[in-house]
Amino acid sequence: MYAFDIERPTTIADAVAALGAEDAQALGGGQTLIPTLKQRLAMPSKLVSLTAIPELKGVCVADDGALCIGGGTTHATVAAQAAAHYPALAALAGGIGDPAVRNRGTIGGSLANNDPAACYPAAALASGATIVTNARQMAADDYFQGLFTTALDEGEIITEVRFPVPDRAAYMKFQQPASRFALTGVFVAKYADGVRVAVTGASEGGVFRWTEAEAALSADFSADAVAGLSVSSNGMMGDVHGTPDYRAHLVKVMTKRAVAAA
Amino acid sequence: MATIKMTVNGRERSGEAEGRTLLVDFLRQELNLTGTHVGCDTSQCGACVVHVNGEAVKACTMFAAEAEGAEVVTVEGMANPDGSLSVIQQAFQDHHGLQCGFCTPGMIMSAAALLKDNPKPTEAEVRHYLEGNICRCTGYHNIVKAIMAASGQDVSAVAAE
Repeated sequence: MYAFDIERPTTIADAVAALGAEDAQALGGGQTLIPTLKQRLAMPSKLVSLTAIPELKGVCVADDGALCIGGGTTHATVAAQAAAHYPALAALAGGIGDPAVRNRGTIGGSLANNDPAACYPAAALASGATIVTNARQMAADDYFQGLFTTALDEGEIITEVRFPVPDRAAYMKFQQPASRFALTGVFVAKYADGVRVAVTGASEGGVFRWTEAEAALSADFSADAVAGLSVSSNGMMGDVHGTPDYRAHLVKVMTKRAVAAA
Repeated sequence: MATIKMTVNGRERSGEAEGRTLLVDFLRQELNLTGTHVGCDTSQCGACVVHVNGEAVKACTMFAAEAEGAEVVTVEGMANPDGSLSVIQQAFQDHHGLQCGFCTPGMIMSAAALLKDNPKPTEAEVRHYLEGNICRCTGYHNIVKAIMAASGQDVSAVAAE
């Protein structure tokens, strides 16, 4: 790793101030950033750790019934504390990485990084979640902007994520067994006003909504409803683990499994 | 460089660390606690698992500065106060849960974290919990068996010898 300074502010305000320095970088749980630093793929002058900020942590239910999760909440905490309110989200959190990774990695870190094979982006997009930062609120539909790209500005911190709780939902991940990232993962969420389907791990553009499946499932919430649909392999990722055609095929397979499990 | 203080295995410890100093390097090089191993240094293998504030974490994927003020337990803190092996450690010996022993510190710490939350895990739960701990010698069977035995369960039917 290149040398850098590290700060551990205890309030959001202090963290925002610290991130105003040139080449400063927020450090969430570090489960992606620290390996990236070891590979010298990033060279911040200062890391601002967000792990000592109590107001960034916790799970609660808002007056409108939405599940609110602090940006610095670990996957393990979400897996344990969201289970009663939003079981599909808790199950997703409990399937990220391994136990030690889940004890450090955070929802805000995952969403800020927007890895194209990460699990949380699928949940946020399929739930129509609201991404709350120190400066503003963004709809998930506006937040995700492609591979490792989000609407976050420099130095902006995700303070909370608000998930409207669906009537039924499930996340199905075809796991890349070495990394436990999604080779393809599909989150299906059924709300009173329609069904949302978000796909991670498949597209070169990162997480996306499969709108044809949403229309079909809004009319008929059954695995058979998507049987006649097909997914183009154009723009799908291809690597040693799976070709674009394979991933396109998995989108439909995992959608059907998610509907069946919801 | 900054002075970092933390409680390690029940004792107040302090040492010098750069911003980029990993917790595992601080433990090994600054505090001379070399029981915690570095296997892959890429967060895959779990040989470096320690407990920070009661939770299992990979000490190669956390900075020492982030553990300022924390309660840290390493494998050196696992034996009983009289120096005899803990139940988990004894079970690893009794059931041949190690061969070369390199992964064992992480296995012990992960096993302890599992049994704290889930005192009577099923074999499937043990295997699932160990997803982040890699062993290249044993084929895992005897590790799983040792953890099941440490939980006080009958292991006569578990896995293969």
